[in-house]
Amino acid sequence: MKRRVYLTYPKELIKEPLIYEVGQRFRVVTNIRQACVSDTIGLVALELEGSEEEIDKAIQFFTDKGVKVEPIELDIIE
Amino acid sequence: MGFMKALRCRECGREYPKKALHVCEYCFGPLEVVYEYEEIKKHLSREVIEKRPQNMWRYRELLPIDGEPSVGREVGFTPLIRARNLEKALGVKELYIKNDAVNYPTLSFKDRVVSVAISRAKEMGFSVVSCASTGNLANSVAANAAACGMESYVFIPFDLEPTKIVGTLVYGAKVVGIRGTYDEVNRLCSEIAGKYGWAFVNINIRPYYAEGSKTFGFEIVEQLGWRLPKHTVVPMAGGSLITKVWKAYNEFYKLGLVDNIDAKVYGAQATGCAPIVTAVKKGKELIEPVIPNTIAKSLAIGNPADGYYSAKTIRESGGWAEDVSDEEIVEAIKLLAETEGIFTETAGGVTLGVTKKLIEQGRIPRDESIVVSITGNGLKTQEALHGKLEAVPTINASLKDFDELVKKMDEKYAMEG
Repeated sequence: MKRRVYLTYPKELIKEPLIYEVGQRFRVVTNIRQACVSDTIGLVALELEGSEEEIDKAIQFFTDKGVKVEPIELDIIE
Repeated sequence: MGFMKALRCRECGREYPKKALHVCEYCFGPLEVVYEYEEIKKHLSREVIEKRPQNMWRYRELLPIDGEPSVGREVGFTPLIRARNLEKALGVKELYIKNDAVNYPTLSFKDRVVSVAISRAKEMGFSVVSCASTGNLANSVAANAAACGMESYVFIPFDLEPTKIVGTLVYGAKVVGIRGTYDEVNRLCSEIAGKYGWAFVNINIRPYYAEGSKTFGFEIVEQLGWRLPKHTVVPMAGGSLITKVWKAYNEFYKLGLVDNIDAKVYGAQATGCAPIVTAVKKGKELIEPVIPNTIAKSLAIGNPADGYYSAKTIRESGGWAEDVSDEEIVEAIKLLAETEGIFTETAGGVTLGVTKKLIEQGRIPRDESIVVSITGNGLKTQEALHGKLEAVPTINASLKDFDELVKKMDEKYAMEG
């Protein structure tokens, strides 16, 4: 399955190669579709492909590291 | 036969077939419906529209369905009221209230978007509709799904007040409470939408759903006698409505139904959740998400899906954005009720409060036409006014007691001048 998310990196994590790490640690294919990185914030539109379980682990890894993970639809609870 | 041509990415312009898609496969940009405007121009005129029944489907060539609507035939054409008492109170010359507090059937503007979404979902072959909502959207999805014989699933945060759920459960919707933080609940809903083959109105049906909002703008123009108001103030939650009101004005201009596009749109948010207003005021493109803290729950979207586009729309039209505190929201709800006899929900308090502020700031001139968008009914958010209104005096069942009370009240009013 595929899941599309937006990652928001806080300033202190911008230099961390977290997407690479996710690819090493979990059986997911990462595919960056858009990115905007400055010295204060990093925004990445990412597609994750793999089993549901592995994708969940990858998202948990990002979250634990302090990266905000959101669906590309952003807030949908209206 | 409809005039919808395709879906098009708002970012890169790639076109997609008219299916249940909402995001560009290439750049993840949102998809929007495009129409055959040249063909529409041949069919649609002021006269043609005026002969049709008074509901939002009188603009059906500009709505994204191929066949006939399957639900919500009575939605829309809500009153546009010349608010003469409010004009005096605010010191302005020409002010109108577009009143979707009385929209059919669930008393909010959401019935416009939902009836389009469900009609489109039905013609695409879906049998289940769904949404994640804490209020108006849930009510509308549940009611409209019931009315056209579709099953509905509504997702809510587990700690939502029971009174908020009644207006959804009563229609037979399957309501599921989800434990977790807002972000977790939000993410799960997106995952459910991706996994189950349902019509999730504001996710995979979003391009069609959002188009329903245009009818709010079309009606304003027609009800004003085929002219645009100079200034339109619109509440912003996800930010979609303001972009669609602006799109409506532009489509009417493109089709020659109005002579000019001399109008500005203004966005209204509560101070406790104002990510779009902040971006407009700071002149920034990026919307910084916030954690909402306001009584205006129906506008409490911290990371608005159309935030970027609504800020862009405001800039493009030459309008502005402003926010008001919870106290100002309550004051505005009371002002509208006391001057015009209209009881709006908190979102309406935000919109009127912001209008007042923009007039006082001189951003909206006092001698030009103004429309205030009221999008929901006050009966749904009565808790916001608890303890904020006059206490009710109680007397014994005696005429003497009442005489004394009248005397006291007269004295009180005399003192208040």
